[in-house]
Amino acid sequence: MKISPQWVREFVELAVDDRRLAEDLTGVGIAVEGSSGSGADTVFEMEIGTNRPDAMNHYGVAREAAAIYDLPLKQLSGLGDSGAKAQSNFREPNAALKRRSSTVHDAAGTKTSAAKAASSTASDGTTEVVPFPSVSSSAVSSHDASFPIAVEEPQLCPRFTARVIRGTMIKPSPEKIARRLRLLEQRPISNAVDATNYVLWEMGKPTHVFDMDLLEGGRLIIRRARNGEKLKTLDGVERSLISEDLVVADAKKAVGLAGVMGGYDTMITDKTRNILIESAWWDPLTVRKMSRRHGLHTDASHRFERGADFESTILSCDLVAALILESGGGELVGDAIDVVSRKMDQAPVVLRLAEVQRILGGNLSTREILRILKKLGFTAIPEGQADMQFYVTAPSWRLDVEREIDVIEEIARLHGYDKFENTLPAYSGAVVELPHAAMDATLRERALALGYNEAVSLTFISHADAEMFSSAKVLELENPLSEEASVMRTSMGPGMLDMLAWNLNRDSENVRLFEMGRVYEMAGGERVEPTRACLGATLAAVKGSLLAGGALDVSTGKHAVVAEAFRSFKGDVENLLAPFAYVELTFDRETSEYFHSGRSARALMDGAVVAQFGQIAEDVKSQRKLRQDVFLAEIDLERLHTRGLRTVRFKAPGKYPAVERDFSFVFADVVEFEAMRRAVTGLGMGALRSFTPVEIFRGGSIGAGKYSILLRARLQSDEGTLRDEQIAVWSGELVRALQGLGGVQRA
Amino acid sequence: MAYTVSKLTDYSSNALLKAFGEAKLAFREELRGASSPAGWKAVRDRWMARKNGILTQINDRLMAAPKEAKREIGQYLNDLKQFVEKEIETWQEHEEGSVGKLAPLFQSVDITLPGIRRPIGAEHPVIKTTNEMVRVFQKLGYSVADGPVVETDYYNFEALNFPPNHPARDTQDTLFIAGQQGKAQRERLLLRTHTSPVQIRTMETMRPPIRILIPGTVHRNDPPDASHSPMFHQIEGLAVDTNITFGDLKGTLDHAMKEFFGSSVKTSFRPSFFPFTEPSAEMFVSCFICGGSGRRGAEPCRPCKQTGWIEILGCGMVDPNVFQFVKDNGYDPKKVSGFAFGMGADRIALLKYGVDDLQLFFQGDVRFLGQWA
Ligand SMILES: [Zn+2]
Repeated sequence: MKISPQWVREFVELAVDDRRLAEDLTGVGIAVEGSSGSGADTVFEMEIGTNRPDAMNHYGVAREAAAIYDLPLKQLSGLGDSGAKAQSNFREPNAALKRRSSTVHDAAGTKTSAAKAASSTASDGTTEVVPFPSVSSSAVSSHDASFPIAVEEPQLCPRFTARVIRGTMIKPSPEKIARRLRLLEQRPISNAVDATNYVLWEMGKPTHVFDMDLLEGGRLIIRRARNGEKLKTLDGVERSLISEDLVVADAKKAVGLAGVMGGYDTMITDKTRNILIESAWWDPLTVRKMSRRHGLHTDASHRFERGADFESTILSCDLVAALILESGGGELVGDAIDVVSRKMDQAPVVLRLAEVQRILGGNLSTREILRILKKLGFTAIPEGQADMQFYVTAPSWRLDVEREIDVIEEIARLHGYDKFENTLPAYSGAVVELPHAAMDATLRERALALGYNEAVSLTFISHADAEMFSSAKVLELENPLSEEASVMRTSMGPGMLDMLAWNLNRDSENVRLFEMGRVYEMAGGERVEPTRACLGATLAAVKGSLLAGGALDVSTGKHAVVAEAFRSFKGDVENLLAPFAYVELTFDRETSEYFHSGRSARALMDGAVVAQFGQIAEDVKSQRKLRQDVFLAEIDLERLHTRGLRTVRFKAPGKYPAVERDFSFVFADVVEFEAMRRAVTGLGMGALRSFTPVEIFRGGSIGAGKYSILLRARLQSDEGTLRDEQIAVWSGELVRALQGLGGVQRA
Repeated sequence: MAYTVSKLTDYSSNALLKAFGEAKLAFREELRGASSPAGWKAVRDRWMARKNGILTQINDRLMAAPKEAKREIGQYLNDLKQFVEKEIETWQEHEEGSVGKLAPLFQSVDITLPGIRRPIGAEHPVIKTTNEMVRVFQKLGYSVADGPVVETDYYNFEALNFPPNHPARDTQDTLFIAGQQGKAQRERLLLRTHTSPVQIRTMETMRPPIRILIPGTVHRNDPPDASHSPMFHQIEGLAVDTNITFGDLKGTLDHAMKEFFGSSVKTSFRPSFFPFTEPSAEMFVSCFICGGSGRRGAEPCRPCKQTGWIEILGCGMVDPNVFQFVKDNGYDPKKVSGFAFGMGADRIALLKYGVDDLQLFFQGDVRFLGQWA
């Protein structure tokens, strides 16, 4: 919203410069976010909270300024003086117009039919008001000002005020008006339309002007729209209405969407001579719903849905009338037509000084409190003798102030937040960590130590990815940002693969990333947000972390490279799982389809799946245009959380020397190391400390479909030094166990 | 090749300087040439032996010098002796330090070559920032709390005093979950637009007094650009007790900001509006980039838009309407009061590290992330 400080200065005589004014307004919450232009053309860019529609105009800002500097605020004058001025300027020269307008009035023949219509609607309990006789203004014409207004929805339109001008001329606004509107980036249209816009920016009350001659039937009705009723609004769009819409209508048709936008067919044109000015107070919720339903957010709806000033309908009509008369001439017909169906009730609030102290702290004097309230237009009447509490009534433009705390905020705001002393409260509670904090921190530290950069990806994925990466029921977005981001992620996989692709597309070949976060699923009709950790690495990075000389598979050819790379990535997963409490960690091949079927595994802790990891399937790689083989690990933190972290129990290193024995075997490819490990550990040798593969080789003299493996057993006893005979016996058992798997021992 | 002591006929200062210099160079060369323990021992003996060692020879030769040059000669001789002893000593130390293996000086490595760095993963700047902020508040007695990202309308709006159809809801640019039309409004699911729902969830389960900090992911319907993202991170705080005042809110945040940004920063509070707090405020810290001057040398300071102040968070006293929703758990607004605050972790990280594009946080680009390693 834009504000011209020059315009503000018309209402309050400010001694400070614009820069200081901006700072001080910002200090009381009427935030000036920026300033452009200079001198009289300076414009403030304002940021005003949704609760302060009263300050979304120049007079409202002036009111705040007057309160800040304790200066008098000039009264806004409607027709009191400027109306008189208009008359003295224009009445005589426009005698011809006056005649013409009265002709139109008569020709339309509205007077009698309107009266009939009004009496017919009066019987069904709706409000009908006979216009007041003209009394106050000297600009009133001798014509009968009668223009019946029937309010069928008094709850939604508690007040409807109108004024009639006859015999005016439509032309461009005077330069002063046009210039100000342009300064606020408003486009000047014509004197009558500009008058409503000018008044809106001047004092905040939206108004509307009709070409009165286009109002059929000589009356207005405030009613619900009929389902399917058509209304072409000022923006030229023909809208189809529903019965929840509230309209201003003439005897035949809707002529305006209440509080949102006027109708096209009754708008002011060059030919307009007779004008009806509308200034109403509309139910905020009704306006808001209509504005949303029709996608029409206007300066008027913005203010009505936040609550306009109920008491300013007459004043705003007068201000608009004065501007029209001043520029276009003509006559004001009769007095304001003011239909009040319901008074806005602003009950006084009890303000207790003790409560001010309890909420704000510090030591505000009663005098300061009362001074602030008075400056803002509030009245405060002491209750009882002790001056400990007051009945405070908010001004009509402050519909946001309804409770004691609202009044307290006003006091704090004008006193100045920075003037309150900074204090630290005492506390008797204790700091508690979330139950999984230590586990998550451990996992994170390990991932970082393993060289994985911590990443954060967006939580949305596409339907296609959701289908591919999870069988969980998805949470779909009603209003997604794009098709690719239309569901909440059910897997961290797609995000991780996208990040890997991003890097590969930018010539970063050596990439290791991890992410910890939630996935979002529907389970049993309820939403759940299980936490996951995800590792991603490019083949280059995985190979890069192989230890020099640490290769197990020493064969030449691609298979060995792949096998070693897998083992390298698996080691990272094992390192992440190691700190958790479990007896046995096993692996199987039951991974999801997006993994390479031969190069991926699931990790099971005591039989429960905790992770799946490995190389990504070829088709997924090509679909996602990954320029390199990549590895992915998905770790189920929910499962890990149930286990907790392992507590270290110290075990003394053996006192007696350990003995290592190597066994060289040839096995068929189908026999995996795990089978050997099970066979050997199954022997129940108490002295077997470890059983590990040392070297694997394929090719050469080893036949196709077979491989040679060098296995190492480490034996150690707690009772004494192992004797050679005992070792020989165990070695024999071990060899037989391996032979039982089809292994052939090599010399 | 080996050095021999030549006869001196000229005993001028210049001639002496030249002669002793030559002797030094010769000695060093011989020592460098030695490639085994036996070798350097031989060099040592040739020069230092009492009987007929080179130093002794030089001494003998110079006996013939004129009396007036003797004093100067004595100084040169002494200097040469010390030089030889020192070189031998260094040599010996070096050798004894290397485990049984001779490591001649000339086999030293180029210590300016880059070290081999095992990859260390980098903390994500936003998570790092969040964790740092959490630690600041933990020291002030705050415990971490969390809650769901997919929230109900009730927790995200209604219980935070955003009535249905209230214009304040417009500012939240909410992303909604599809297929909720059949449910009552308060049951409808959406992506939480702030971490504030966790205030309600925590107050429902924990009685006052409480002090909680809520870091978490939030979503808004904001297309991504340099300063917007549909997903970002907030850090929310809530303290409720008897007698918590607006001064306590200011004091707590002022203390926390000094702890986080450095003790020289100042805070300033300006009125604002949030449905769930009243009075509401925006808190600014004095610009930690330009020190509050608004300028960096001759250049205007961009992060603070030359104002010397940077907006960091929104805060306020908990609105009594919010307490009404959890009144039964001990939150009677007549008896307790409290304050709440919320800040954008991403924004703070942007400012702290001078990052100019929010999108960089969510791309996983190792060229970016690696800078925090
Ligand atoms: Zn700065």
